[in-house]
Amino acid sequence: MRSASLFAGRRALISALAATLVLFSAGCGGGEKPAGGPEAGAPPKAADTIVIGEYGSMTGAEATFGQGTHEGVMLALEEINAAGGVLGKQVVVKDYDTQGKTQEAGTAVTRLITDDKVVAIVGEVASSLSIAGGRVAQQMGVPMVSPASTNPQVTQIGDMIFRVCFIDPFQGYVMATFAKDTLGSKKVAILYDQASAYSKGLKDDFVKAFTAGGGVISAEAAYTAGDQDYSAQLTTIRDGAPDAIFIPGYYTDVGNIAIQVKKLGINAKLLGGDGWDSPKLAEIGGTAIEGGYYSNHYAVEEARPEVAEFVKKYQARYGRVPDGMGALGYDATRLLVDAIGRAGSTDGKAIAKALAETKDFPGVTGSITIDAERNAQKSAVVLEMKGGKPVYVATVKPPGAADAAPPAAPVAAEGGAVPAPNAPAPTEAAPAKGAPPAGPGKAGKSGAP
Amino acid sequence: MTRLLQTLLDGVAVGSLYALIALGYTMVYGILRFINFAHSDVFMLGAWVSWALAMALGYSGVGAEIPWFAPALVLVGSMAACGLLGFLIERLAYRRLRSAPRINVLITAIGVSLLIENTGQLPALFGTQPQRMPALVPDLNLATLAGVNLPLVDVLVIGVSVGLMLGLEFLVHRTRLGLAMRAVSYDTRTAALMGIPVDRVISFTFVVGSALAAAAGFLNAAKYPGLNQAAHPTWILLGLKAFVAAVVGGIGNLRGAMAGGLLIGLVELFGAAYLSPHLRDVYVFVLLIVVLLVRPEGLLGKAVKEKV
Repeated sequence: MRSASLFAGRRALISALAATLVLFSAGCGGGEKPAGGPEAGAPPKAADTIVIGEYGSMTGAEATFGQGTHEGVMLALEEINAAGGVLGKQVVVKDYDTQGKTQEAGTAVTRLITDDKVVAIVGEVASSLSIAGGRVAQQMGVPMVSPASTNPQVTQIGDMIFRVCFIDPFQGYVMATFAKDTLGSKKVAILYDQASAYSKGLKDDFVKAFTAGGGVISAEAAYTAGDQDYSAQLTTIRDGAPDAIFIPGYYTDVGNIAIQVKKLGINAKLLGGDGWDSPKLAEIGGTAIEGGYYSNHYAVEEARPEVAEFVKKYQARYGRVPDGMGALGYDATRLLVDAIGRAGSTDGKAIAKALAETKDFPGVTGSITIDAERNAQKSAVVLEMKGGKPVYVATVKPPGAADAAPPAAPVAAEGGAVPAPNAPAPTEAAPAKGAPPAGPGKAGKSGAP
Repeated sequence: MTRLLQTLLDGVAVGSLYALIALGYTMVYGILRFINFAHSDVFMLGAWVSWALAMALGYSGVGAEIPWFAPALVLVGSMAACGLLGFLIERLAYRRLRSAPRINVLITAIGVSLLIENTGQLPALFGTQPQRMPALVPDLNLATLAGVNLPLVDVLVIGVSVGLMLGLEFLVHRTRLGLAMRAVSYDTRTAALMGIPVDRVISFTFVVGSALAAAAGFLNAAKYPGLNQAAHPTWILLGLKAFVAAVVGGIGNLRGAMAGGLLIGLVELFGAAYLSPHLRDVYVFVLLIVVLLVRPEGLLGKAVKEKV
């Protein structure tokens, strides 16, 4: 009975601890808040409108992802509706806020499908959330187009899940090639978010591509999204004296990490992926993020006419320059509505079939062709943070692809699998299917060294 | 050596923040025997009020002129605002539950916590996105020792924390008000019979605890300028670690909270640097479990027979 009396004596404390847990989980769970009712017009009537769903992080640490995407979606819908809609009906969107929380994503998609009876869904940006939401969409047979989730697992969920962006094996390859060939880095340290599918996947792909090219990974350290103190990880990284640090995280954490990198006196270039793409990156990171490089889906300065036109329209509508998420949200919505038109019906299977057949769809972020794995084969751009703004540096095409726009300043690609713009076109006419960086072995002999 | 010194510096800086927050938990527990779960939110507000004050005073942006007294001004402003909030929380939410079962107060505390978090996210207040705290403290490196930088901000964090803790020691052990606080903590009813204004003493305890949490919030914002939005779980996690510090040190014991805070900070940082950064939160909570099993009254606490 001794333990029992001990327990009784500490009852207050134990109940306090239990309550702490409740509090903590309540804080994490939050409570879902619908970000807004159906927009773009009057309350939807089933007869004369088509309702599509959108879920994204309108608030929280990744808020600009959801907001940027949403602005792109709304811009696309305004244009589509002004041009008469699709199948003779106007298209409206119903959207829910995920607050950047994985557990909210499944709930949001369930609500979209069961309560709002959407015919298709656009979302999410963060891969972990797209995986959670995508499972629900797949199970309920509603097609989903992710604008910006780059982790391969997202579309591996099933035949209802598509994306309009490239995938991480390619993105990791782009940054590894860039670090090695353009920056001349030999030793790179890595700091990744262990709770994010995107960050873990991109880290693995970068490491694979970088070490395959003869580079050395000096240290691999992890953090958890929302952490404040990175000094322990960065001290470890500093010991290895790397040329560069690859941080495949989201912008809020990256900004905080950059500040501490500088404070610890680490003299290494910072590299990252499309998770950096937010106006908030420079706001939070300040001068510490200057000179960092990241891969992205498009650059405002690109010379393609689609880009110039989109940037002009977006600026006229919202009064600011669109980030990559705005462009992808715009592309995802236009592709989805186009597929509904081609399917000639709002049946989930028919829309999915039309999406799967997409070929050379002219998107702002590049020409979109959906491959057998329901991914888009596209080029990536590398941007540099300069004066608080991302500035275009280079375009990298997927290995084996020949259709991307000519880059203004190509990444040095000698010996790499990236064809330079005026190099002879690769022999394969069709874009390589499957994972591009693993691709060299499979898609062409000009594999990475 | 470099690594050891660096980890030590970071551990002490982080630990002194935990200690400042832990003091608020432990003071309230010492007097009212309940855990004020809204305390981590007062800490969060301390950081955000500092941000709001700095923005309102025009300290943000490139080329903004930041006078030397700016950090002190913002610190005091934030402490005053949160002290007032602490007073209001006690007056409006907890006082009428003084004689209610303890679980009612606990649940009320959780309610207050959620209210503060979600109110803080209103667009008119701090919004739903992370913000950058203006750099009030100049980005100076005071010394470099064996390859370890000693930034001004870390010195400030440790210095202000130690100063406030010494001030609290003085207040509690050398003033009449401190005597009254100790008396109320020892036996509330007898203290009331001796003519001590118990309600006022309790209010004062909340004000002091909240002001200390606000100071921790300001220092936290100075050290980690990317502020997470008000309802971000990070704030609760930080508060939770400070609560662990209070329990490890011996809840209800001021020096215990200070020692516990430092210990938690060092355990977390050394674990992350020398074992694995993947499990940094785990070390803290394992320490809590070990202390509760081996010495449930905490390192400096006294075992108290509780009437059940």
